[in-house]
Amino acid sequence: MSIQATNIRKTFGTVTVLGGVDLTVPRGKLVALLGPSGSGKTTLLRIIAGLEHADPGSGQIHFHGEDVTKVPAGKRKVGFVFQHYALFRHMTVFENIAFGLTILPRRDRPAGSAIADRVHALLKLVQLEGLDARYPTQLSGGQRQRVALARALAVEPRVLLLDEPFGALDAKVRKELRRWLRKFHDEIHLTTVFVTHDQEEALEIADEVVVMNNARIEQVGTPQEVYDRPASPFVYQFLGNVNVLRAQALAGAGVPGANPAALEAEGNLYVRPHDVAVAPHDPRSPGLVAVLRYIHAAGPQARLTLEQIQSRATVEVEVSRSELATLGLKVGDLATLRLRQGRSFDADYAI
Amino acid sequence: MAAAISTTLSHHTSHAAVQRATHDPRWVRWTLTTVALLFLGCFLALPLAAVFAEALRRGFGAYFSAFAESDALASIRLTLLAAAISVPANLGFGVAAAWCIAKFNFPGKSVLITLIDLPFAVSPVISGLIYVLVFGLQGWWGAWLIEHDLKVIFAVPGIVLATTFVTFPFVARELIPLMQAQGSDEELAALTLGANGWQIFWRVTVPNIKWGLLYGIILCNARAMGEFGAVSVVSGHIRGETNTMPLQVEILYNEYNFVGAFAVASALALLAIVTLVLKALVEWRHAQARAS
Repeated sequence: MSIQATNIRKTFGTVTVLGGVDLTVPRGKLVALLGPSGSGKTTLLRIIAGLEHADPGSGQIHFHGEDVTKVPAGKRKVGFVFQHYALFRHMTVFENIAFGLTILPRRDRPAGSAIADRVHALLKLVQLEGLDARYPTQLSGGQRQRVALARALAVEPRVLLLDEPFGALDAKVRKELRRWLRKFHDEIHLTTVFVTHDQEEALEIADEVVVMNNARIEQVGTPQEVYDRPASPFVYQFLGNVNVLRAQALAGAGVPGANPAALEAEGNLYVRPHDVAVAPHDPRSPGLVAVLRYIHAAGPQARLTLEQIQSRATVEVEVSRSELATLGLKVGDLATLRLRQGRSFDADYAI
Repeated sequence: MAAAISTTLSHHTSHAAVQRATHDPRWVRWTLTTVALLFLGCFLALPLAAVFAEALRRGFGAYFSAFAESDALASIRLTLLAAAISVPANLGFGVAAAWCIAKFNFPGKSVLITLIDLPFAVSPVISGLIYVLVFGLQGWWGAWLIEHDLKVIFAVPGIVLATTFVTFPFVARELIPLMQAQGSDEELAALTLGANGWQIFWRVTVPNIKWGLLYGIILCNARAMGEFGAVSVVSGHIRGETNTMPLQVEILYNEYNFVGAFAVASALALLAIVTLVLKALVEWRHAQARAS
C-alpha cells in the first residue's frame, strides 16, 4: 500500500475535524477524497503531506510501508499542488519548476544543464513548451495549474497530493483538465490523492472514491460501487439525486416487488430518479399515484416532478426524451409510479 | 456650413479624447486646484524655501563655515549614527514581527499589534520620559548603571534607544498588511519542495516583500533623522556630544545664530528630500514590477 493513514484524529479547539480516520491508498491509483466543505478532507490531505499534524498520540502515516509520521513535510517527498497553485510570483515558469532542484545541497544538486533538461522534459509532459520565460501572472488558470503540477513532479515525489485541483477554474476548462489529469495519471502512474467537493469530478476520474462527512469516512469504493450501493443516507444524497420516500406510504400503495414486512417499518426508502418507472395512470395496475407538476426537458434526459396524491410529497423522475414522447404525459396528468430499485437504511432490506 | 461641421467634429473628438471622471464646471475645478496648490505652497514650499534662503542670507561662505564648526559636525555625525543603529534594529524587528503576525496564529497576537502601534499613539516626549524613568539617576536601574559606570541618559545610548523606540512601527506596519495579503501558501509550497527555513525566507518571502520593505526602511530612516521630542528629553543637550541635528538647530536658533541654525536645518531638509526622492523611486519601481 502506497499511503496508509491510521486512526488520524484532529481537533481545533472544541471542533473535531477528523475523528479517528483510517485511509489506505493503493499503489499507483488515483483516489478522490470527496465530501462537502467542513468534512475534514483537506485537513486529512495536509496531514498526509505533513503540512499539519494530527493530534498528539493519534495515528500514523506510512508511505510505501515506511513510517513518516515524524518526518517533516520537506523530507516526506510529497508533491503537493495547492488549490490556488501557490506559484512563486516573482519567478518565471522555468524558475518555479526548477525550484525544488536548485535548493538541493550542492552535493545532491544536478548540474545546471541537467536541471534545464529536466524542466524542459516536465514542460513537455504538462504541454506547456515554450512558456518557460513567462511569469505566473501571464498564464491562464489551467496553465498555472499545470505549472504547479510540473513543479511538484520535479522533485520526484513518492506520492502526489492535489487540493481541489479544479476548484479555481471555470466549468469548461475544468472538464478538459480533469480528463487530461486522468490521462496524465495513466502515463506516470504515481500514487495520487486529490480532494474535491464535486461528486461528478470524483466519479469521473478516480479509481477509488473516499466519501467523507463530519470528520469521518462514510464509504470507500470504486465510483460505480459508491454510486450504486451507497453505504449511508448521506452518501446516497451526496452522490447524485435521490428521492426519499416514506416507507409506510409505499406499503399502502402496494408497490410491487417490495418486502411487505420491511415496508411496514417506520423509515425512509432511497430511490434514484432513474429507478422510478412512470406510466399513465391506470386504476387496475398497482403503484403510487401522483400528479405530474413540472417537466424539465432541456437536456438529454427529461426530469419530471410529480406530487403523490396521498402524501403530497414530491417525487423526481428521470426518463429519456423519447420515452417521455411515447408516454404522452402532460403537466396536470395523473401517473402511476413503480420503483425498480431502492434502499432503506433503517430496516436492512432492499427492493 | 463647413465651419459648423468642424465645430461639431472638434467638440466630438475632444469629448472622446478626454475621459473625465467628473463633470463639474470649469471654475469649480480651477478653484479647487488653486486652493490645493496655494495651501501646498504656503505650508510646504514656502517654509522649505525660507530655510534655504535664511541659510544663504550671508552668502555661501557663511553657510559653509556653519558646517565647519565642530559642534555642527558632531550633531550630523550623531544623527547619522543614531539612524545607522536604529534603522537596522527596526528592520530586523519589523521583519520578525510581521512574519510572526502574518504567518502564524498565536494567543496575544492582537496585543502585539497594539504594542507595535504604541510609539505612534504616545507623544514622543512621553517616550523619552519613559527612558529617563527607567535608566535615569532616580530611575529603576539608575543606581545599578552608576555602579557599573554606564551612562544611558544624557549620552549616546539613550539617544539611540529613544530614536529606535519612536521609529519601530514603520517597517512592521508596512509589512504586516502586505504579508497578510500574500498568505503563506508560497512558503508552504517551498516547504513541500524541500526548502529549509532559511531558503524559504531568502528565496520566497524576501523577494515578495522587498519593495514594501524598502519603503518601510526609507520612512523609518526619515523619522529617525528628524526625531526631536523623545531625543530632546534624553539628550541633555551637551554640545558636541549629545546634540542631534534637530536639537542643534534649536540651540543655534535660540542663540540668535540664524545662519547656523538654518544651515543645519537645510542639511536636514536635504536629507529629507533625498529620502523623498528615494521613496518616489521605490514606489515607481514597485508599480513597474506590479505592471509587468
